[in-house]
Amino acid sequence: MSDVPVWESEAQKAQSYDALCAYLRRASGLVLDNDKRYLVESRVAPIVRREGFSGLTELVRAMERGLHPGLAQEVVQAMTINETYFFRDKLPFDKLKDFVLPELITARANRRSLRIWCAASSTGQEPYSIAMILEDFASRLAGWRVEIVATDISEAVLAKARAGIYSQFEVQRGMATQQLLRFFTQVRDDWQLKPSIRQRVNFRHFNLLDDFALLGNFDIIFCRNVLIYFEPSRKSDILNRMTRILAEDGVIVLGASESVLGLSTSLTASPVHRGFFRRGGKAAAVAAPATHGAIGRKA
Amino acid sequence: MKQALVVDDSAVIRKIARQMLERMDFQVREAEDGAAAAQNCAAAMPDMILLDWHMPVMSGFEFLKQLRGMPEGDKPKVVFCTTENSVDMIQRAMSAGADEYIMKPFDEFIVREKLIQIGLVDA
Repeated sequence: MSDVPVWESEAQKAQSYDALCAYLRRASGLVLDNDKRYLVESRVAPIVRREGFSGLTELVRAMERGLHPGLAQEVVQAMTINETYFFRDKLPFDKLKDFVLPELITARANRRSLRIWCAASSTGQEPYSIAMILEDFASRLAGWRVEIVATDISEAVLAKARAGIYSQFEVQRGMATQQLLRFFTQVRDDWQLKPSIRQRVNFRHFNLLDDFALLGNFDIIFCRNVLIYFEPSRKSDILNRMTRILAEDGVIVLGASESVLGLSTSLTASPVHRGFFRRGGKAAAVAAPATHGAIGRKA
Repeated sequence: MKQALVVDDSAVIRKIARQMLERMDFQVREAEDGAAAAQNCAAAMPDMILLDWHMPVMSGFEFLKQLRGMPEGDKPKVVFCTTENSVDMIQRAMSAGADEYIMKPFDEFIVREKLIQIGLVDA
């Protein structure tokens, strides 16, 4: 919660947001759809505060007058980086469904429990994508304790994630129509995830700089396109602390273009599945695609 | 080269879609209604059809039903691209043989992601 409101008043909200959209479209060709207000609150508010503006309208006026050269650039970046979407980059989710989950489910046959952590889950598309994938394993996971913990530092995005309501734009990016029909109900022009999917994810406020012991241990940790914002020593620290709460045969999933090269961690990259990392040492021999028995159905 | 047919009664939409699809390495043909689309397909079946719903002469829905009854009519992937955004209409389209469904307004990101879903563009 910011102590300086980004909107001058509730009545001004729509107007100042429109002014921002118009400016960004003119100045940088950036087209924002209607549901980006939460981004303004979490990302532009700090800029408003820092510059000492009375609110968003004043910020837009300052940009229009061209008085602060780097400001517009900063605002554009704030509104565009790290946009999450359902099944982002597709491949990691295919790998999860076809290889990683089948292996882990077999390995946990006695324990019958699976814990997954989505770090920096933003507006929830990533953990909900995992929840949708888990639906295909429903019969094998009957009676299991399956937990998806999704954390973020922003209360605004957590609120949106918990509601599970997404715009027409958001549900068309990365998701097949059959998945939309299967997992969502329509709410006017928006779409809401069905309760059975929403219930699978536990959203919590959490800062990656805090102690991970509070979260417990995990079999899979998703940390995609988050670490790019930290400098190397901080990156290594976070990955090492994640490794400590990761199961022996667990997996950490980073973004498609991220690597651990040059970082001091004990993680090794999977030679087969790009973006997937395991603990170094005796668990470093990463399983080849599972082809035995009824496990590991190929795409 | 992959062949695409854009079917929409709006010349503006056809142009925008053409440019997007050409950036995705499609060779693009156009038709302004379902009847023209049927003629176009009878001459040569495209790999993909981007299909509007409400058009004069013949709707996208009617065209789709006709298409799937034509020889080689199962070959093209059909992606609806329409302002119709209710669950019922989407289900009707999918049941009638559409492969994917895009609700207008759309952007290039959506088109690309939908085509990745049906294997016409690499992820």
